[in-house]
This record gives sequence, C-alpha cells and structure tokens, in this order.
Amino acid sequence: MNKKAWVGALSVLCLLGLWLLVGCSKKETPEEQPAAAPAAAQPAATPIDPNTVASVSGTVKFDGAAPKAAKIDMSQDPACKGANTAETVVADNGNLANVFVYVKDGLGNRTFDVPTQAVTIDQQGCRYHPHVLGVMAGQNVQIKNDDQTTHNIHPTPKDNREWNESQPPAAAPIEKNFAREEIMLPVKCNQHPWMKMYINVVKSPFYAVTGPDGKYEIKGLPPGDYTIAFVQEKLGEQDQKVTLAAKDSKTVDASFKQ
Amino acid sequence: MYRTKEPTLKAVATPYNRSLHRFAVFTACVTFVLIVAGALVTSNDAGLSVPDWPTSFGYLIKVPHWVGGARFEWSHRMIAGFVATLTVILAVWTWLAERRRWLRLLALAAFGTVLAQAVLGGLTVLFYQPPAVSSAHAAVAQTFFCIAVAIALFTGRQWVEEVPQIELDTRRPSLITLTLLSIFVLYVQLILGAMFRHKGMTWLPHVLHAAIVTIVLTWTAVRALSLYSKIEAVRRPAVIMLSLLIAQLCLGFMAFLTRVAWGRDAAQPELPMVISTVAHVAVGALLLATAAVLAIQVWRHVPVAFEELVPSGQRKPVAA
Ligand code: HEM
Repeated sequence: MNKKAWVGALSVLCLLGLWLLVGCSKKETPEEQPAAAPAAAQPAATPIDPNTVASVSGTVKFDGAAPKAAKIDMSQDPACKGANTAETVVADNGNLANVFVYVKDGLGNRTFDVPTQAVTIDQQGCRYHPHVLGVMAGQNVQIKNDDQTTHNIHPTPKDNREWNESQPPAAAPIEKNFAREEIMLPVKCNQHPWMKMYINVVKSPFYAVTGPDGKYEIKGLPPGDYTIAFVQEKLGEQDQKVTLAAKDSKTVDASFKQ
Repeated sequence: MYRTKEPTLKAVATPYNRSLHRFAVFTACVTFVLIVAGALVTSNDAGLSVPDWPTSFGYLIKVPHWVGGARFEWSHRMIAGFVATLTVILAVWTWLAERRRWLRLLALAAFGTVLAQAVLGGLTVLFYQPPAVSSAHAAVAQTFFCIAVAIALFTGRQWVEEVPQIELDTRRPSLITLTLLSIFVLYVQLILGAMFRHKGMTWLPHVLHAAIVTIVLTWTAVRALSLYSKIEAVRRPAVIMLSLLIAQLCLGFMAFLTRVAWGRDAAQPELPMVISTVAHVAVGALLLATAAVLAIQVWRHVPVAFEELVPSGQRKPVAA
C-alpha cells in the first residue's frame, strides 16, 4: 500500500475508535444500584402513625363496548402455547383491568422503606405474568422463565438504564431493580415480539393494579390531600384529588373511554 | 467551441479478469441478500433478540434454537460475516490483480465500509438500537451495496473492453448533475425512511420527500432517454430506474398502509407488513444502486461539454 492509502485507512480506524469510546463512556454513568443490595443508603423512612391511617379504593370502568383484542400468532415457536389475544385493553363487563393506580402527589418529602422482598415477573406460555406491575424504586424485580424456550427480557425505559438479557429455559431467575420513578416502563421480548408488559416504578408503597373486576385498593395512607393517578398503557392517565382524614376509607372511581 | 473534459473513468488498457469480475458480481449479489436479511430483522422487531455482540448467545458460530426473532438476527449476522469475508478477499484480490489504481482504492474503500458497518451493527446491539445508529447502519449498508455493484461494473468485460460511445452534453443542468442529484435525493430518502423505521422520526418527511425523489428521478430518466437512448449503457439503467421508481412508490404506499394505517394496533409484526416493508427496503437499495450505475455510465458516455473562452484575436487556440 502506498503512504496515502495507509494514512487514509489509519485515520478511518482512529475515527471509529474515538466514536466507540465516546459512545461507550456515555452510557457508563451508573444509574442503577446493583440488584443484590437495594436501598443500601436509604434515609430512614418517615414514621406513619398506624392508628390514623386511611385507605382509598374503587373501580375503574371502561365506557362503551370493549375494543376487540388484537390476535396473537404464536406459531413461530412451538414452545409457546399461551392465550392468543393481546392485553392492550382488557375490559370485562365494563371493568377495566391492568390500570396502574398510585398516589402521584401529596406525600411531600416523606420517604419509605424499600421492601427487601422482590416482586416477581413470570414468563409463562410466552406471556408476562403480570402484564402490569408496580414496584418501588430500588426494590428487586425477580424475572423467571417457566417456558421451554429462550426469552430475552428487554426493558426500554426513558429515565432508567436500559438492559437486555436472554434467559434460556430453566435458567436461574434474573434479579434487577430500577433506580428512578418511571410510569409504564415498557418491557418486551424481541424473540417473541407479542410479549409486552409494563413496570411502574414509584417512590412510595401506595400503589395498586386493577384486577379483572376493575377494582383496586390502597391502604395505610397517612391523612392528607392526595392526587390519585390512574394510568392505562393505551388509554393514558387520569388524575383525581381526594382528601383523607384519619381512618377514612374513601372510594375513588375512574372511567376510561377509547 | 466545445471540448470535453478528460474523462476520468476512461478505459485504460486493462485485461478483462473473468474470475475477479464473477467474484465481484457474487459479492454484490450476496450483499443484496444481506440487505433483505437485515430488513427482515427490523420488520420482525428482532433486532435485540440476540443480546450479545460480537458473540451470538455466547458463541461465534453456533446455530441457536431455531425459533422466534433469533432466527432473523442470527442469520443476518452470519450472512454479514460471509459478506465481510468476501469483501476482504475481493479487496486483497483487486489489490494484487488490478492495474487501475482508483479501482484498487475503491476495493479498499469497500473493506473500510464493511468494517464501519460491522461496528455500527455492534453499536446497535450494545446500545439497544439508538435510532441514529440503526439508521446509519441502514444507510451504510446501501452505500456498501453501491460500492459492490460499482466494482462489479468496473471489472466487467464491457467496461474494460468497450470503446465508449461518447456524446457531448450541452444542456444545463447537465445529465451528470441530474444523476448526482438523484443519488443525493435517494440518499436523503433512505435516511428519512430509516429514521422512521427505527422510531427516530415521524413518517411525514419521508412521504413528502418521496414527491421530490419522484420529480428528480423522472427528470433524470426522461432526459437520459430522450437524448441518449442510442447509448445502451445509459438507456438500460435509466429504464430500470424509472421502473423501480414506480414499483417503489407502490411498495411505499403498501408499507404505509400495513405499518401505519392498519398495523398500529397489531400485537406483533404481521406478514403483509413484513413483506411490504422488506420489499420496500430491497427495492430502495436496487434503486440507489441503479442511480449510481446510471451516474457512472453518464460520466463515461455523456461528458459535459463546456465553452472555452477564447481570447479575441487568437484564432487557433492550442488544445490544453
Ligand atoms: C420515492 C421513492 C422512495 C424511496 C426511494 C424510499 C426508500 C425507503 C427506504 C430505503 C426505506 C427503508 C430505510 C431502512 O433501510 O430502514 C423506506 C422506508 C419506508 N418508506 Fe419509503 N421510499 C420511497 C417512497 C415512499 C412512499 C411514497 C411511502 C408512503 C406512501 C413510503 C413509506 C415508507 C414507510 C412506511 C417506510 C418504513 C417501513 C417500515 O416501517 O418498516 N416510502 N423507504
């Protein structure tokens, strides 16, 4: 090779190297605590008087005829034999399931103990169980694979660190946690593109997910003025205000439309 | 008075090397297959089904369990490895066997491009498909395809042995300008399409720019066909470009219907969407390569004539 060609080739390589370096260093900032040691340096939780705590509960409705669920075709993997409709909007008799309900505002600067127990996501029949999950920031999420096929678990967060790991059949559960509050953080499997679920990372333990009957309950709240948010993956968010006196037990319902 | 610029890609006395040419054609064909394989990965949303790179599920070459998205991602990686190997061979072979220095450099550039492409593919996996990186990967893929096609063209018997049939171009903008403009607008269209496909942008700029692409390409092809249809080497790519443009517009419309209009609420990539988007990407690559071939042939056969300013009084200018 002549001199010019060498210089050209070398400068291309240098540029590529530099670019790689810049790319690598950008993602290097640790945004997440290691899975095994959640909440190591958490400040002490603000005490709550158990004799005054209140609760809020209710039903989330879907107004109108439920939209037809999209079909899922699992034929590309014989190991997948789950139910074959998507869970984007699950409404039975007008009761809307999989709505994440949480105290969005009103807790001020209170801090809370992060549970040491992990919450579980189970991959079974090439679907995620549950479809919508709540977890506290820093709390461990344990991901199990009960299928006879390899899944990859790929959360695509906006405010947390992204990761992507594959999990063969009978592999040990994967444990992870998310450092920052983030609502409806999508998780997907690129191996089985219909597999989608949402993790909701919150700072307080005051959250719930509506069941098939559309019902939820949040207990143990200190008295105060709160904003309760209802979030559905497709239908969006609705906020409602509620004032809870000591030992109150109030009902807050919500209703979504397409 | 008119004279021609010295054509840069003129035929120097180079013997036709049949095996090298066949190898170059083979490399270009496998590259086309690779583009289809890559398009299948994106359309099936399978880009991250194999989470590690440069290994695949921990191995360099080991067929994984043949289900789901990994089928697409793994085969794309293997075909890419094959194309990279072909490119190394092509570069070394050309370097050793070829007399034309610019062609030796082009073969080296092909190797550089394939290297850059591998790095971009790796970055896509390791950084979870940032739209800019994935789109760059899509754009460099087609750039590489054009280089491979150009090498196949330059090593061909016709290119090496023909005595170019030259016609001077006196129109402005010149045909070569139009062909270069075609390549440019196609490139922009490729980037806009890739940005939409990789969720970095809405579909609107791509669809609006399709109008500009249509105008520029039609203008180029009509000019080439109306004035230079006697030159077979120009006529053929011009006709192909026009036909591919029509096919591409139809496929773009189908891709839009299946992806944007009907596919919004689909639970997973569905077959009509996969077929139409993969075909749209593939025909897009053929269109860009055809525009490149047309530009090269126009450069050779329809050189630009330009008026030389002759100082008054000097009756017999000496040719430079
Ligand atoms: C004028 C000629 C056109 C060219 C050369 C062209 C080229 C391309 C290319 C190369 C891509 C894929 C980029 C990649 O590799 O990721 C693409 C994507 C796309 N184009 Fe076009 N396009 C054209 C016209 C159109 C038109 C008229 C429409 C719609 C009416 C359209 C709709 C789309 C859509 C929806 C995608 C994304 C496909 C997907 O989501 O997978 N295109 N285009």
